[in-house]
Amino acid sequence: MLKDITIGQYIPGDTPIHNLDPRIKIIITFAFIAALFFINKFFGYLFVVAFMIMAVGLSKIPVRYIFKGLKPLLVIILLTVALNIFMTEGEVIYTIWKLRITKEGLIQAAFMALRLIFLITGASLLTLTTSPISLTDGIEKLLNPLRSIGVPAHELAMMMTIALRFIPTLLEETDKIMKAQMARGADFETGNIISRARAMVPLLVPLFISAFRRADELALAMEARCYRGGENRTRMKQLSIEFRDYMALIITIVFFLAILWSRYFVK
Amino acid sequence: MIKAKNVSYKYSNQEGKDYFALKNINIEIKEGEFVAILGHNGSGKSTFAKHLNALLLPLEGTVYIDGMDTREEKYLWNIRQTAGMVFQNPDNQIVATIVEEDVAFGPENLGLEPNIIRKRVDEALLTVDMFEYRKHSPHLLSGGQKQRVAIAGILAMKPRCIILDEPTAMLDPSGRKEVIETIIKLNKEENITIVLITHFMDEAVNADRIYIMEEGHVVMEGTPKEIFSKVDEIKKLGLDVPQVTELAHMLIDEGIDLPKDVLTVDEMVVELCRLK
Ligand SMILES: Nc1ncnc2c1ncn2[C@@H]1O[C@H](COP(=O)(O)OP(=O)(O)O)[C@@H](O)[C@H]1O
Ligand SMILES: [Mg+2]
Repeated sequence: MLKDITIGQYIPGDTPIHNLDPRIKIIITFAFIAALFFINKFFGYLFVVAFMIMAVGLSKIPVRYIFKGLKPLLVIILLTVALNIFMTEGEVIYTIWKLRITKEGLIQAAFMALRLIFLITGASLLTLTTSPISLTDGIEKLLNPLRSIGVPAHELAMMMTIALRFIPTLLEETDKIMKAQMARGADFETGNIISRARAMVPLLVPLFISAFRRADELALAMEARCYRGGENRTRMKQLSIEFRDYMALIITIVFFLAILWSRYFVK
Repeated sequence: MIKAKNVSYKYSNQEGKDYFALKNINIEIKEGEFVAILGHNGSGKSTFAKHLNALLLPLEGTVYIDGMDTREEKYLWNIRQTAGMVFQNPDNQIVATIVEEDVAFGPENLGLEPNIIRKRVDEALLTVDMFEYRKHSPHLLSGGQKQRVAIAGILAMKPRCIILDEPTAMLDPSGRKEVIETIIKLNKEENITIVLITHFMDEAVNADRIYIMEEGHVVMEGTPKEIFSKVDEIKKLGLDVPQVTELAHMLIDEGIDLPKDVLTVDEMVVELCRLK
């Protein structure tokens, strides 16, 4: 069950999307997310769909991976939908008990759901096609100008790298501990929320202990390999902006302009 | 290459009580040697290993790595590059999410040029026979493969000596074999000095020399043949001898004429055939 989390799961490949400079990819992703918030009518989503189809198609990432990223966030999406359906004022089309479903509510809910779905899939596409290392490299480079105002760019990037590196390891470990405790009669699946949360405590304790031990050992191993912070450190892979990066930027700008056009000029 | 003179080290526990983990250790290891350190849990092996990489500094005595005193701050990075260290748990020493990026971690810390790093990474991965996995994610590799990646990460820093602290303790038999074969290859072909800390007597058989530690002391020292022929002494220390040696020992007790220092199955076969 824990295996479903795709955030931070990179699928290697040699496609134009994979090979984009991570800085450009991060900027594009942010532009894409910003564009989603400019959309004010369903028509605007046509451009988003076109943009996504192009990006996913070029990346050769199987579509089911893109959608897998939605699963852990399904609750949030459903909650948003429910809130929008029941809380929007307007023409009532159905009443259950005291809750009124309105036409405007349904439209608003669909609209918000689409926005969330595209937001999550867009962000997943970034992490699916960018190795965590180049992702953090990109973030480090983008944040570097902010060093002078005290943003610890290298340290943040290192922390993210390590977090990403250990997510699968810790998930595996959680699975193992859960199975071991289930074999001894622990029950994680039945009961109400409170009793389930209580069942998680004996799971978290060994997990935390092990995470701290791992952190200790990793710090030692890093020191043994001459790690001394970001200063004087070089990188094997240098980032460079290529022709395809300019192309991607131009396409994104066109996309963004199309969204703005759909917002302000389409009736 | 490595010289430890009268080294002592103590840990202070929470109650403020001191515990001497190393007591007056004297060890000397020459360039190109393959040395195994044995001893049961808590005998101070890991504490000693950390002294060789300046992760710990001796309380008393001195440790020299290639003539450099580990207490001198100016040598610190030089020492860590000269004497690389591989730890027990392969999961907890791999930093990056891609094999080749992890191997590059050490040389990157040394501040080398990108193209030189690339060359070293490829060479190191070829040496440990993991080149085809260079783009893989470490958490999908087997234990033996992860440990070889960890070794490659050290190799890429071009060390003259590698210290391995129970590198095979968490591996299955085939993973153990992979790692030990890699270590032997590094020693024989690249002439890298090896300090192998291990629990497995069959691994120590490959060494040129063995040190046995007990409660912070070095209690025995010698070639594998010298050490393992003293079966009773070893057993008294709570350690095992290689299975074949034990068998030979039992046969000798039964009155069969065999040498005491049979260490491998091949040697045993030769000796048994000679009896006919
Ligand atoms: N960080 C520490 N703090 C206090 N005591 C320690 C610490 N690390 C190890 N020890 C103690 O030092 C002794 C030697 O430990 P260690 O060098 O890890 O032995 P080995 O590797 O041979 O099992 C043990 O008794 C252990 O309990
Ligand atoms: Mg140990």
